[in-house]
Amino acid sequence: MLKYIGKRILQAIPLLFVITVICFTLINLAPYDAVDSIITPDMTQEEIEYRKEEYGLNDPVVVQYGKWLLNLLQGDMGYSLVSHTSIKYDLIIRIPATISLVLPSYITAFLLAIVLGLVAGSHKNRWQDKLIDGFCSIGIATPTFWFAMILMYLLGYKWKLLPLMGMHTIGMEDSFADFIQHFIMPYIVLTIGFLPDLTRYVRGSTIGQLKEDYVLVQQAFGAKKAEILFKHVSKNVLLPLITKLGMALPMLVTGAVITETIFSWPGIGPYFVKAIQSLDYPIVMNILVLSGTLVILGNLLSDILYCLTDPRIKSMK
Amino acid sequence: MNNSTILQVENLKTVFSSRGQEVQAVRGVSFEVNKGEIVGLVGESGSGKSVTMKAILGILPENAKTSADVLRFQDKDLLSLNEEEYRKMRGKEMTMIFQDPMTALNPLKKIGAHLEEVIMRHSSCSKTEAKTKAIEMLRRVGIPMPETRMNQYPHEFSGGMRQRVLIAMALACEPELLIADEPTTALDVTIQAQILDLLKELEEQYNTSIVLITHDMGVVANVCTKIAIMYGGLIMECGTTDEIFYEPKHPYTKALLRAIPSLDLKEGERLKSIEGLPPSLINPPKGCPFAERCEFAQPKCFEQMPEYQNFSQTHRAMCFLCEQEGEETR
Amino acid sequence: MKKKNRRLENVLYELRHNKQAIFAATYLLVIILISIFIVFVNVDPDAIDVTNKLQGPSAAHWFGTDEMGRDYLARVLYGGRVSLLVGVLAMLTSIFLGVSIGMTAGYFGGLVDNILMRLVDIFSSIPWIIMVTVVGLLFKKGLFSIVIVIGLFSWMEIARLVRSEVLSSKEREYVQYAKFIGVNPFSIMIKHVLPAVFPTIITAATAIIASAIMTESSLSFLGLGVQQPMSSWGSLLQSSQQYLQKAPYMAILPGILIILTVYSFNKLGDVLRVFVEPKITAGEKSE
Repeated sequence: MLKYIGKRILQAIPLLFVITVICFTLINLAPYDAVDSIITPDMTQEEIEYRKEEYGLNDPVVVQYGKWLLNLLQGDMGYSLVSHTSIKYDLIIRIPATISLVLPSYITAFLLAIVLGLVAGSHKNRWQDKLIDGFCSIGIATPTFWFAMILMYLLGYKWKLLPLMGMHTIGMEDSFADFIQHFIMPYIVLTIGFLPDLTRYVRGSTIGQLKEDYVLVQQAFGAKKAEILFKHVSKNVLLPLITKLGMALPMLVTGAVITETIFSWPGIGPYFVKAIQSLDYPIVMNILVLSGTLVILGNLLSDILYCLTDPRIKSMK
Repeated sequence: MNNSTILQVENLKTVFSSRGQEVQAVRGVSFEVNKGEIVGLVGESGSGKSVTMKAILGILPENAKTSADVLRFQDKDLLSLNEEEYRKMRGKEMTMIFQDPMTALNPLKKIGAHLEEVIMRHSSCSKTEAKTKAIEMLRRVGIPMPETRMNQYPHEFSGGMRQRVLIAMALACEPELLIADEPTTALDVTIQAQILDLLKELEEQYNTSIVLITHDMGVVANVCTKIAIMYGGLIMECGTTDEIFYEPKHPYTKALLRAIPSLDLKEGERLKSIEGLPPSLINPPKGCPFAERCEFAQPKCFEQMPEYQNFSQTHRAMCFLCEQEGEETR
Repeated sequence: MKKKNRRLENVLYELRHNKQAIFAATYLLVIILISIFIVFVNVDPDAIDVTNKLQGPSAAHWFGTDEMGRDYLARVLYGGRVSLLVGVLAMLTSIFLGVSIGMTAGYFGGLVDNILMRLVDIFSSIPWIIMVTVVGLLFKKGLFSIVIVIGLFSWMEIARLVRSEVLSSKEREYVQYAKFIGVNPFSIMIKHVLPAVFPTIITAATAIIASAIMTESSLSFLGLGVQQPMSSWGSLLQSSQQYLQKAPYMAILPGILIILTVYSFNKLGDVLRVFVEPKITAGEKSE
């Protein structure tokens, strides 16, 4: 099994390489000139040429890619075109903010989805199922930002219960209660956003598992409905869910772009959207590389988790 | 119903409904199972043999409706049991094993856990007692090294071994009646014989009654004391094994017997297959269901459902052809 | 042939007996008819009336007026034209991509198949919002670039389905025979494979329209979608955000229409899936 995991890790490395090539190609395809990021309008032509040489912009593309990759590996992500701040520094501040929002929401949605999905799947076509599945159908059809706007209007403007924007009230950065007040609305929006898909997934696999032969066998041996559901079916439903956890890894960075933007949560979302709107390519590309990397790592993680938890694969070595 | 009868079924009917259509899977089946007997229920797929037994055990899906004039098991009227009473009876007094042993066990549970769960459910014993009993049962059904095997997962067992595990699970609670639904169909021929021998052995040892569902006349010949032949949701003929094999009355039974390969087949002689397909049970024919494929069919056969004719205490068939014969015996 | 009729019967049965499906079909019919025929009705979504800006619902303007005094109902209905158009065009784009890539992968097999299927994996795993916005940067903003961008990110499922159908049909006798008698097997396969995957494609298409409408509204909401003066439900919601406190009704109507439309397309897809996989009941996902 260790050999298998090792092999999977080795396979992931060329994929990561491919991701960086794709991203770099996209940068070069984009209608922008890297020179713009290092010059100011009052420079003379000679100064520009000098800077170009200094930054290696006259080198062949392959050399440029090599340098870029080398910098990236050393943790140097370059600078924003617009604000000239260090992208690495910006991300270091913003990623924890995003994680603090996405992680609790995803965990809540995940646990709720297991309960709701099992209930709906085991009561197929009865009122419990119709209620839960109806909620999922509507939830899937509801744009996140619309739900957020309605919530903002009701809880923020009309009843004035919660603050509308940001993560802290200015001057109260250390107050946890203040943080929670800001946290509630985006947390609800995001949880409700994650919930329908996950619930449908659990429901579908519960229905599928209940059709399996071993369920009929357990019935023939006098098992209670609850025993079948919690001792037999749930195990088989939860196992593939574990792999879903691994694949959710990229969400920690990009799972809340729209929600964060609406609530001005100081995470990756507004940063990314602003970069897109102002054509700040270095930021966009770094986030692209980051999320691509997380996708591959997430797949790797889910493979490894699967390997560790499924006895059928475990014994194959 | 005499003292040794443990299961009595009269006029059992099962209807499935889906998207506004009804399938009459079982259309009025009557039979009895006595203590310590092995009864063979024979028929093609779709003849309603599995559905009949699942209906008796009460494990059909929700879109199935079952009715019967009489449905008695030991001293219980199954028709009047509520869901919870029915469930408590399953596994302990009456249980069922299935065709495909590969999918019958939960792939994520150890073999030991499967057995212990059943044992603890139906008898109030501790976990250690259940474990001892589970190992004992595995040894009883012929699984080598039961202590090690307890800790393995189903995928580490072969098909024959899994069927043995299922039999061990079924017998752990010493049920009065074991329903075996094509228990050997998915297995290799050599393993088939072993499993049948095992069932026979256990029947003698525990005096458990067995209903063996199969499509294979060869299987019932060796094992069963009594045989019922099903077709189109009805029992065409039933009798003791000797009566069915040596004095078959119904054309369908005769056709089935001709389809068994045997060693004394003369050179150049071919096995006779039965032409045609079983009737659709969405709109079942109003006459004899076999009429379409019967070489002796008369116009009457298509119009009218034949009555049962009795040839002995144990032997009856539903066919117009045997009317006179039946009356003679009566 | 008889089997096919039975499948069709199942779909019709679901359509008649499933209340949600009846609702979805009726709603879609109405909204599509409105979108087509609204141009013949004498309302102008662009008629500015500054004296009547941000008025609540009234007899003259059933759903009030926007920040420039334009009739909001008219704007929402015209916005629906854009949203639906984006949905349908993106669906066509992705079916075109999916069928051609699936066919190519299945037909050539080997290395080509490997590369294309890797591509499918990559496209289906990277978060859509990142890819869509990044690729969107490479195109000029506007209706057609949105269609292309959304189409570019929703063809994977169809490609998979078509590929597996091609792979199995390759083994079938008539295709082998066609090769033998020298008929171009590719044209034979198009003739035979396309009808076989048609029901599956239709089912997938309804889901793609639904998700395209969602994606478009999100993009427009982030300011990356259709640009003024054209407006869609998403861009109407974006502009309503500024007036949320003063005119909350502006956020209600487009939102509800998005929900109903996406819900109805998805529901219709569930019912059609009964045709493709007769064993399931509507609303049940197959694994």
